[in-house]
Amino acid sequence: MMKNIIVVLVMTFFGFTLQAQEVRNKNAKVEFHVSGNCEMCKKRVEKAALGVSGVKSADWHMDCGTLYLIVNEQKTDVPTIQKAVAKAGHDTDDFKALKEDYDKLHTCCQYERK
Amino acid sequence: MQKQISIFLLFFFCAFNTYSQDTLQEIKVQGNSKSLKKSYRLTANTTILTSKELLKAACCNLAESFETNPSIDVNFSDALTGTKQIKMLGLTSPYLMITEENIPSVRGASQAYGLSFTPGTWVESIQITKGAGSVVNGFESISGQINTELIKPISDIPFFLNVYGSTDSRFELNTHFNKKISDKWSSSLFVHGNTRVLKNDMNDDGFLDNPLAKQVNVLNRWQYTNAEKGWVSFINFRYLNDQKQTGELNFDPDKDKGTTNYWGSEINTERFDVSTKIGYVFPDMPYQSIGFQNAFNSHDQNSYFGLNQFNIKQKSYYSNLIFNSIINNTKHKFSAGLNFTYDKYGEFVNVNDYSRIDNSTGAFFEYTYDNTDNFSVVLGGRIDNHNRLGTFATPRLHVRYNPWEKGVLRFSAGRGKRSANVFAENQQLLASSRTFEFLDSNGKIYGLNPEIAWNYGMSFMQGFLLFGKSADIGFDFYRTDFQNQAVVDVMQSPQQVLFYNLEGKSYANSLQVEFNYELMKNFNLRTAYKYYDIQTDYLSGTYQRPLQAKHRFFGNLGYETHILENGKQWKFDYTINWLGKQQLPNTSTNPQADRLPEFSPSFSVMNVQVTRVFSSTFEVYIGGENIGNYKQVNVILGNENPFGPTFDASIVYGPVFGQMYYAGLRFKIK
Repeated sequence: MMKNIIVVLVMTFFGFTLQAQEVRNKNAKVEFHVSGNCEMCKKRVEKAALGVSGVKSADWHMDCGTLYLIVNEQKTDVPTIQKAVAKAGHDTDDFKALKEDYDKLHTCCQYERK
Repeated sequence: MQKQISIFLLFFFCAFNTYSQDTLQEIKVQGNSKSLKKSYRLTANTTILTSKELLKAACCNLAESFETNPSIDVNFSDALTGTKQIKMLGLTSPYLMITEENIPSVRGASQAYGLSFTPGTWVESIQITKGAGSVVNGFESISGQINTELIKPISDIPFFLNVYGSTDSRFELNTHFNKKISDKWSSSLFVHGNTRVLKNDMNDDGFLDNPLAKQVNVLNRWQYTNAEKGWVSFINFRYLNDQKQTGELNFDPDKDKGTTNYWGSEINTERFDVSTKIGYVFPDMPYQSIGFQNAFNSHDQNSYFGLNQFNIKQKSYYSNLIFNSIINNTKHKFSAGLNFTYDKYGEFVNVNDYSRIDNSTGAFFEYTYDNTDNFSVVLGGRIDNHNRLGTFATPRLHVRYNPWEKGVLRFSAGRGKRSANVFAENQQLLASSRTFEFLDSNGKIYGLNPEIAWNYGMSFMQGFLLFGKSADIGFDFYRTDFQNQAVVDVMQSPQQVLFYNLEGKSYANSLQVEFNYELMKNFNLRTAYKYYDIQTDYLSGTYQRPLQAKHRFFGNLGYETHILENGKQWKFDYTINWLGKQQLPNTSTNPQADRLPEFSPSFSVMNVQVTRVFSSTFEVYIGGENIGNYKQVNVILGNENPFGPTFDASIVYGPVFGQMYYAGLRFKIK
C-alpha cells in the first residue's frame, strides 16, 4: 500500500515536472532584427510590438536594428509580433512589410529594403 | 529566531536604490552634454542640474548651487547665520521636499541650515521638480521637490582636491578618496572643512556681516553592485560639526555670553547620519524591482541669540519600502509601498519645553501611463496616519502631452500637509527684540493646526531654431492655495511676531517666462522673468509676503572655448539677478531712526566667474559675487542699542557684505 502511494506520488511529481517543461515562459527574452532608421522608427516599432497582447517590454536599438522583447509566451509568439511590426511598415526576419505599408512611412523612415 | 534576526539585520543594513523614481524622474545623467537639462519627455516639470552646472557658481554648498538657475530663488544670507535661504514658487524651503538620494534630508530641526550641510563637490546631480511632487517620498511637499544625487563610489575617481578662498575670509577644503575594493564593492570618503576666520564689518554698523564659522563634514559611503544578480546597495555614514559665531564685533563668547555687555550669538550643530539602501531588479524582468531604504539621524543644535536661548535635538528614523512593476506591458507602470517616519524632538526655547514625539505610517500607490510617444500621466495617492496630523489622503497628478515636435505641455495638481516647526523655521526672528506670541492654543503643534495646501500648475515649453541656432521659450504658472497655514505675522508690531491659524485667504501665484538661446557655438544665454503674487490675510490686513519681490529678472551668459587636445579650455560665466521692491515688515510704530519704509528699493546683483582648465586633471577658477557692490542700508535695526525694544537683525532683503571675490583650484587623479 505504502509502496503504491509512493509510486503515485513519484508519478505525479514526474508528471508535473514534465508538464512544467512544457509550460511556456511568462517572461521569455526574445530578440530579432527589424529594419529602420531613426528615432521616429524606434517609437513606431516599439509601439507596434507593445500593441501585441503578451508583449511586456520592447526596446529597439537604432544602431544595430535589434528589437529586444520580453514576452509572455502563453499569450503570444514571435510570428504574431513580427506580423504586427511588419504591418507598421518595418521588415522583420520572417515577415516583410507590404509595399503600401512601407510607402506610408515618413520619408526619413524609409529604410533601404534588402 | 537567530536566522530571522540576521535576515532582518541584513535588510536593515543594506537598503535601496531609487528605481522607485523612474516614474516621475526618468533621469540618466550623461557625461559631457548640457549642464542644465529640461526634458520634453518627463511627465513632471523637472530640471536637471549636472555637476557641471554647479561649477559655475562660487558654489561651496547646496544652498549656493542654485544661483545660475531660474527655477529657484536664492535669498541673501542674513547677517546672522550667513546661510542662504532658497525659495521655489515664492515659498521657502519648509514647503519643499528636499531629499538626498530620495531620503528626506532637510526637514524638522535642520530646516534653516540643512542645505549648507551638503558641500557642492559631493553632488553628482540635482533634480528640481516644480509643483506637486511624487507621493513616493511623503506627503509634506507643497510647492516642489529638490532631490540631490551624490557621487556614486562606483563611478568616482580615485582622488579629488578642491581648495577655495575668498575676500570675505572664507576658506574651504574638499578632498575625496575612492577605492574599488573588489569587482562588486567600492567606497568613497569625502572630507570637507570650511572656516571663516576674520571679522568683517563692511557697513560699519558694529556687527559682523557674516558669521565666524567652522565646519567639519565627513561622509563615508559604500556601494555594492552585482549587475548579474540584480543587486545594488549603498551604506552611508556621515558626521557633521558646524559652529558659527556672530553679533557685535567686540562680543567675546567667553566673557559676554548671557550678559548685556555686547550682543552676540553662537549656533553649534552636531549631526550624525546613517543611511542604507538596497535595491533588487528581477534579472529576467528588468521592469520589476524592489527597493528598501532606511535612514537614521541625530541632529543637535545648541544656540543663543543675545539673551534668547534655542536648543533643538532631533532623532529621526525613516524607512521606505517600494515595489515597482508593470501591468500588462511597460506602457502601464506602477509603484507601491510603505513609509514609516519617527521624529523625537527635544526643543527648548528659553525656559519653555516643546519636546515631543511625532510618528507616521503611510502607504502609497502611483500609476504611470506612457503611450511611448506623446502622452503620459502619473497618478499617485497615499494614505498616512500621523500622531498629530491624523489620518489623511494625499492625491497627486501629473500629465504631459507633446502636441507637436519639441513642444511640451504639462499639468500638475496635488495636496500637501505638514506640521510647521515654527521656531526652527523662523529662528532668525530670535535675533530681535520681538516676543513670540501664539494666538491659538487648541492645535496639536505649538497650539497650531497642521498646514494644508493645494498646488496646481501648468507649463508649456517649445524648442525651435532661431537663425540656425537652438532656442527654447517656455512659461509656467503655479498656484498654491492654503486651506490652513501657520501664519507668521511680522506685520502687526515691530516688537512682536505672532503665530496663528490662517483665517481668510492665503495663496501664492507664480508665473515664469523663460527664453534660452545658443547665441554662438558654446555661447549660451538664459533669461527668465518671474512674477510672484503671494498674499496672506494677516490680522492687520492683507499684505504681500514680506521679503519677497513681486518681480524678478534673471539672466545668465555662459561661454566655453573649444576643448583642446590636452583638455585645455577657458570658461566664462556671468549672472545677473534683478529684484523689484519687496514688502518689508511693519516698523511704522518704531521711533523715526528705526523705521523702515513699507517697501525695499529694487536692485540688481551680478556674479562672474572665469575658469582656466589646464588639463583634464587640473583647473583654477576666480570669480566675483555682487560685483556691482550693492549693499542693503540699515541691516540691523536698533544696532545702537541691541538689548533695546527696536533691535531687529532679521530684516534682510539684499546683500549685506557687498562685493566679494574668490579663487580656487580643482585637482583630480583619474
